[in-house]
Amino acid sequence: MSQTNIGDDEVDIVIGALHADLTSFLNEWRPLFSRFHLIIVKDPDLKEELKIPEGFNLHVYTKSDIDRVVGLSSTAINFSGYSCRYFGYLVSRKKYIFSVDDDCIPAKDNKGLSVDAVDQHITNLATPATPFFFNTLYDPFCKGADFVRGYPFSLRSGVTCALSCGLWLNLADHDAPTQALKPGHRNSRYVDAVLTVPAGALMPVSGVNIAFNRELAGPALFPGLRLAAEGKLRWETVEDIWCGLCVKVICDHLGHGVKTGLPYVWRNDRGNAIESLKKEWEGVKLMEEVVPFFQSVRLSQAAVTTEDCMLEIVALVKERLAALDPVFARAAQAMADWIKLWKAVGSGSGSGSSPSNG
Amino acid sequence: MAAASVKPALLLKDELDIVIPTIRNLDFLEMWRPFFEPYHLIIVQDGDPSKTIKVPEGFDYELYNRNDINRILGPKASCISFKDSACRCFGYMVSKKKYIFTIDDDCFVAKDPSGKDINALEQHIENLLTPSTPFFFNTLYDPYRDGADFVRGYPFSLREGVPTAVSHGLWLNIPDYDAPTQLVKPRERNTRYVDAVLTVPKGTLFPMCGMNLAFNRELIGPAMYFGLMGDGQPIGRYDDMWAGWCMKVICDHLGWGVKTGLPYIWHSKASNPFVNLKKEYSGIYWQEELIPFFQAATLPKECTTVQQCYLELSKQVKAKLGKVDPYFLKLADAMITWIEAWDELNPSAGDSANLTNGSGK
Repeated sequence: MSQTNIGDDEVDIVIGALHADLTSFLNEWRPLFSRFHLIIVKDPDLKEELKIPEGFNLHVYTKSDIDRVVGLSSTAINFSGYSCRYFGYLVSRKKYIFSVDDDCIPAKDNKGLSVDAVDQHITNLATPATPFFFNTLYDPFCKGADFVRGYPFSLRSGVTCALSCGLWLNLADHDAPTQALKPGHRNSRYVDAVLTVPAGALMPVSGVNIAFNRELAGPALFPGLRLAAEGKLRWETVEDIWCGLCVKVICDHLGHGVKTGLPYVWRNDRGNAIESLKKEWEGVKLMEEVVPFFQSVRLSQAAVTTEDCMLEIVALVKERLAALDPVFARAAQAMADWIKLWKAVGSGSGSGSSPSNG
Repeated sequence: MAAASVKPALLLKDELDIVIPTIRNLDFLEMWRPFFEPYHLIIVQDGDPSKTIKVPEGFDYELYNRNDINRILGPKASCISFKDSACRCFGYMVSKKKYIFTIDDDCFVAKDPSGKDINALEQHIENLLTPSTPFFFNTLYDPYRDGADFVRGYPFSLREGVPTAVSHGLWLNIPDYDAPTQLVKPRERNTRYVDAVLTVPKGTLFPMCGMNLAFNRELIGPAMYFGLMGDGQPIGRYDDMWAGWCMKVICDHLGWGVKTGLPYIWHSKASNPFVNLKKEYSGIYWQEELIPFFQAATLPKECTTVQQCYLELSKQVKAKLGKVDPYFLKLADAMITWIEAWDELNPSAGDSANLTNGSGK
């Protein structure tokens, strides 16, 4: 397979608004966002009106839209906090989505040039991934790079990239204990590489800066694992880690790729790690069960779509994790409801009736 | 994770050998002098043994030519390649040190983006002395490096890591391409400095390059056999990759890590792509079989030492790759000969290659 051409009209930029005033955020991103369609989803818990600057092509969704679309179909699905952006994934009709947290701004690379994160993610999704054998010069489709000696020719066409995971300068996405131990620690290392995460290798996907192929990854990107004391700071969540593991396991099974590395965004300082520690121990403890679980997941030959795979994972969560903690039983239920919702509302792209904008 | 107050490079002065295969001369050592001089060198002279290889003044070294190899190994010398840099693994066998760094004689000191000379040896040592993390991928790469750490979601129970067996460095300037790629892109140069070290995940294979490589000899030495290449053999330029695939399967089985990335060296010489094509020709077809073979290879849990793992692999090579080409039957036998020779030259090493986790530090 060769490079796909991704047009601007195939991309939605989905922003979960956890802060009401998006003026400076959107103005910082304006040069990179202005040619795309934006979906802004307001955290249903947010009381104030959203402040959005002029000049963008966008739709805003609020609690009333969420209630209308989801309605009574599920009591398990909760779109509050960081989860609000997934509603945007549900209602989008585009093939590709880029999502970034509303406390991030464009970064600068090693040469001091502004990083076009959207463009880099699009490139990552448009070029093949190479999960079956590790290329020591990283992304072979990058200009100036190629496959190294010893890379089998039959594996050089690669597979479709379903998910592109970007990174963060300044406030990296560490957990609360790590950040609390090193309060002054900031990530200043710009690693100039994109690489495919090998098949069979799992990783913690951070939702702070991601892009994905909605058709392939959409049904699996759902914040099933909601902490009992989930909060409005990334330190107080693990939902993105959970659905990232779902996506990776499913991609490995279906033969799609996941890339990580560039682009970087600049993540502003926010919150107090020590305060969040009180809430985040729950997430830290749960990961001890979550990771071995996903490492042991084996999907059947019959599971040939992302939805099929998700339903098999739901069954396995019920069988192996639900007894350990009620949060897993809720996750399984929410995931099952999500697949139903996705099939009813979310699947399909291009023209089609979409819920009216808020 | 805490940096030692004494630079790690000086700490391993008497614990690391630098193994260099050469057929020409060792002029390149002049550039490396500031970094290599404190260390002991093992020079493996390939080709005509009557030729004298001049070693620059001031280096402490031992040198072996083909006559020495034949004398020391006797009939077992058949496992050591001739007219191919694969002969370097003889250096691993005769070394008495815990760590090995090997480098090609056309590799020079590179500069980092700030213009500073890169002490490749120091970076390799840092890579080997810090743990690896093969069980879960850290998106910020090596968490033990200064300025990095584990990301949110990384289980705390996995944060101790495992001992690092191999540190695989990269190359600026002439990249390590195969002959077909060289022919299509003769002018491509690697100019991208990727400031990362990362653990190659468990279960993932990669093509290991021997140009800029370091390893814990006490842990993984017996698996670093560079195969039968060169004179009288149907294949060349697959020595390091063969060792890398065997090594990775064994490291995955025994729970050790392999790192790749920094340090960079400057690779100055592009070998002739037509010569390379002749050497690699069979390999390009065979690697289509080799990769699935290694990807599927499993070792029984009774194999608890590197030698046992390696001998088991040689059985599987004979059984499954013999039908690809009779060369693999010869190679499987050579693998056995290598282990016999290794154990003969390293008699107490047999029981030291065990599984205790502390040996990596």
